[in-house]
Amino acid sequence: MFRTEQIEQNEGSKLSVEVLHRIQFALTISFHFIFPPLSLGVGMILVIFGIKSVRTKDPKWRQLSMFWVKIYGLIFAMGIATGIVQEFEFGTNWSQYSRFVGNIFGSLLAAEGIFAFMLEGGFLGLMLFGGTRLGNRMWLFATTMVVVGATFSATWIVMANSWMQTPQGFEIKDVGQGPQAFMTSFHDVVFTPSFLPRVLHVIAACWMVGSSLVLSVGAFYILKKRHVELAKTMVRVALPVFTVVALLQVAVFGANQATEVAKNQPAKLAAMEGLYQSESCAPMYLLGWTDANAQTTNGIHIPCLLSFLTDKSFDATVTGLEATPRDEWPAVNLVFQVYHLMINLGMLFILIGLVACGFWIWKRKIWNQRWLLWILVSSVVLTELATETGWWTAEFSRQPWIVWQVLKTTDAYSPNVSFSQVMFSIVMFVLLYIVVFVVFIRLLDRHIKEGPPPPVDPDETSSLPDSFGEIFRRRSRVSSGGD
Amino acid sequence: MWLQTTWFVLYVIIISGYVILDGFDLGVGMLSPFITHNDHDRRILLNSIGPVWDGNEVWLVLGGGALFAAFPLVYASLFSGFYLAMMLVLLVLIMRTVAIEFRSKRPEAWWRSLWDWTFTLSSFGITILLGVALGNVIRGVSLDQHGNLNVSLLDLLNPYSIALGLVAVAMLCLHGAIFLTQKTEGELLTSIKRLIPKLLIAFFILMTALIIWTLLRDEQFTQNFKDRPWTAFFPLLAFISIAAAWLFIRRGAYLSAFLASATMIALLMGAIACGMYPVMLRSTTNSAYDLTVQNASAAKETLTVMFVIALIGMPFVLLYTAGVYYFFRGKVELDDDSY
Repeated sequence: MFRTEQIEQNEGSKLSVEVLHRIQFALTISFHFIFPPLSLGVGMILVIFGIKSVRTKDPKWRQLSMFWVKIYGLIFAMGIATGIVQEFEFGTNWSQYSRFVGNIFGSLLAAEGIFAFMLEGGFLGLMLFGGTRLGNRMWLFATTMVVVGATFSATWIVMANSWMQTPQGFEIKDVGQGPQAFMTSFHDVVFTPSFLPRVLHVIAACWMVGSSLVLSVGAFYILKKRHVELAKTMVRVALPVFTVVALLQVAVFGANQATEVAKNQPAKLAAMEGLYQSESCAPMYLLGWTDANAQTTNGIHIPCLLSFLTDKSFDATVTGLEATPRDEWPAVNLVFQVYHLMINLGMLFILIGLVACGFWIWKRKIWNQRWLLWILVSSVVLTELATETGWWTAEFSRQPWIVWQVLKTTDAYSPNVSFSQVMFSIVMFVLLYIVVFVVFIRLLDRHIKEGPPPPVDPDETSSLPDSFGEIFRRRSRVSSGGD
Repeated sequence: MWLQTTWFVLYVIIISGYVILDGFDLGVGMLSPFITHNDHDRRILLNSIGPVWDGNEVWLVLGGGALFAAFPLVYASLFSGFYLAMMLVLLVLIMRTVAIEFRSKRPEAWWRSLWDWTFTLSSFGITILLGVALGNVIRGVSLDQHGNLNVSLLDLLNPYSIALGLVAVAMLCLHGAIFLTQKTEGELLTSIKRLIPKLLIAFFILMTALIIWTLLRDEQFTQNFKDRPWTAFFPLLAFISIAAAWLFIRRGAYLSAFLASATMIALLMGAIACGMYPVMLRSTTNSAYDLTVQNASAAKETLTVMFVIALIGMPFVLLYTAGVYYFFRGKVELDDDSY
């Protein structure tokens, strides 16, 4: 995609199959990545509702939980359906990659399956069907287990991806099946230098997305003057989470990442900031455009901030793209733009959060600020966009490597899959995902418009089994027959 | 190396776990239109698998992950070689997931009927596609020396593999029907019990024919059983399990019948594994290109780490899977949480 040198004819067709494989992976993972952050984040809010239910016995918390758990189920189903695609695609579209990294990457995916998916899949039924079967404490337990599972899942998958960004703990050998990466230390594979900063950043992003969906629905009800008391409760729970995480995301997790990337993947940071020449007192851009021919970047910038972020000193030297061979550069402007979109959205979230909190603290005036409520309604689209652009930044800026400085993407795809086969599957996924997404949005919309279920009588809730002992002593339900 | 064989056995256990658990909910999907067209009863059938189907599907994800980690070369060759078939598997998996989730969200008859048919057809699709894929794995594929193959969709549809696909349909319909006896009552139960003898006879005939066909056409498969005579216990015990399932159904011991059916599936998967071992993916071009438990596995370090992970993780998985099934035991009743 980025090579402009003369390409031989057969090389040309080979390249385009590679591009198709990349397009398919990018499309399917971007679509998949809409859902897991939503379910992890909404799950976390459900845990808060669950704790409140147990502590206060106020039936409104149970009512909110049962409203949101339905939404959770819908999102989760979309996550499963699109997630299996990702696991299969390593084998179907990236067989050379799978052979090369199976020893390492495969084991992290399998561990995700055993520790994370099984936990989520096992307890999900209890969580979704617990409303009429479980008391507050046991429902909270099931929900917590699902959220712990989702967090494990995020952890293992970011761990696997971090190994692709900053690989270590392996050696390359050919034992007769072509070169393969063999694990020398599981500890090093798990704790690569980028892992911890990245996993914190991703989990915080999930909380942002989840809390913004709750904010969005709450603000919508307030604007439409429906279920106003419950809606205010949603906002009261979600807004502090949103604001605090937005601040942490930029000030702690994001800043950490800049330091980490500068240290481990300088070419990546240089592409993100459009820094062609190594500089001391390197600027950080707010907006800009990179010019590949002139090797310059123009735009609005803050002088020396990049140097400060990477090395806590305004005249630290930041390595530019010039240190990397030209054919190992990613698509600089693309990386620059998606990265800056993410950063700017992150700043915007802080602003939205602080303004909304301000109006709330100031005599609860937030409930009358229609413009602000409308911004909150739209916040979930913005947080989704920020997570997507964050993921794109990570993946685009790693190119042309699939495993950073170890394996190139062009050596990773399945050589035995033809152009027309990939074309077919891309068309299939596009059509399928459009249909599924439209139905998903319509059902979500309908569910939100229908509103929360009527409150549950606390006596009824307290008659449900609420400890392990009660659950397992409970007799199989007597059949009532018919309808 | 014992670790490689251990992982092969673990892999067969995971796949059997998938076929047993997702198998009954696929069976419920395939059977639904043959049992009832009434909306209330359809919802009973759907909700019989409601709290557990996504947990069951996770076993497929686990199977994919375990194959990737323990036998990466098989994973890479098989998945890329069966490219279009795998894409169709993904298509029907997604359609099925959304059909279950979307179906009861709206009351209109056309809406429910649309997703009911999607549910049924995609359940058939998954069963047939995976059955046909297994048939081709047993038959062997045109692997070259780099472990690459490219089988067109039409080549996959050879008579032997289609036969295996049909056996899979009969087996999972039977398994699903037996599962439903625990979950239904009244007229619905009666109509399911009427189906069971027919399914049982169909499955018995198809399976016996397939076993004979396999032994006749596949010398290596037969030779493996001759070399390891004790492995013949797998198919023999499978036949005993079917008989036991039938007796339990007649006595009304539905849970025992289900366990017998599950045991039968595990034994049949075990029998296939015994006929294949140590080959995992056979090359029809040259037996030197076969991918075996030895030459296609991950290295010792990875297998060891994975084994420790499995030892830690699997007891928990089995514990809470059993707990969830116990919690949702008994006949299905519809309530506000139901699909």
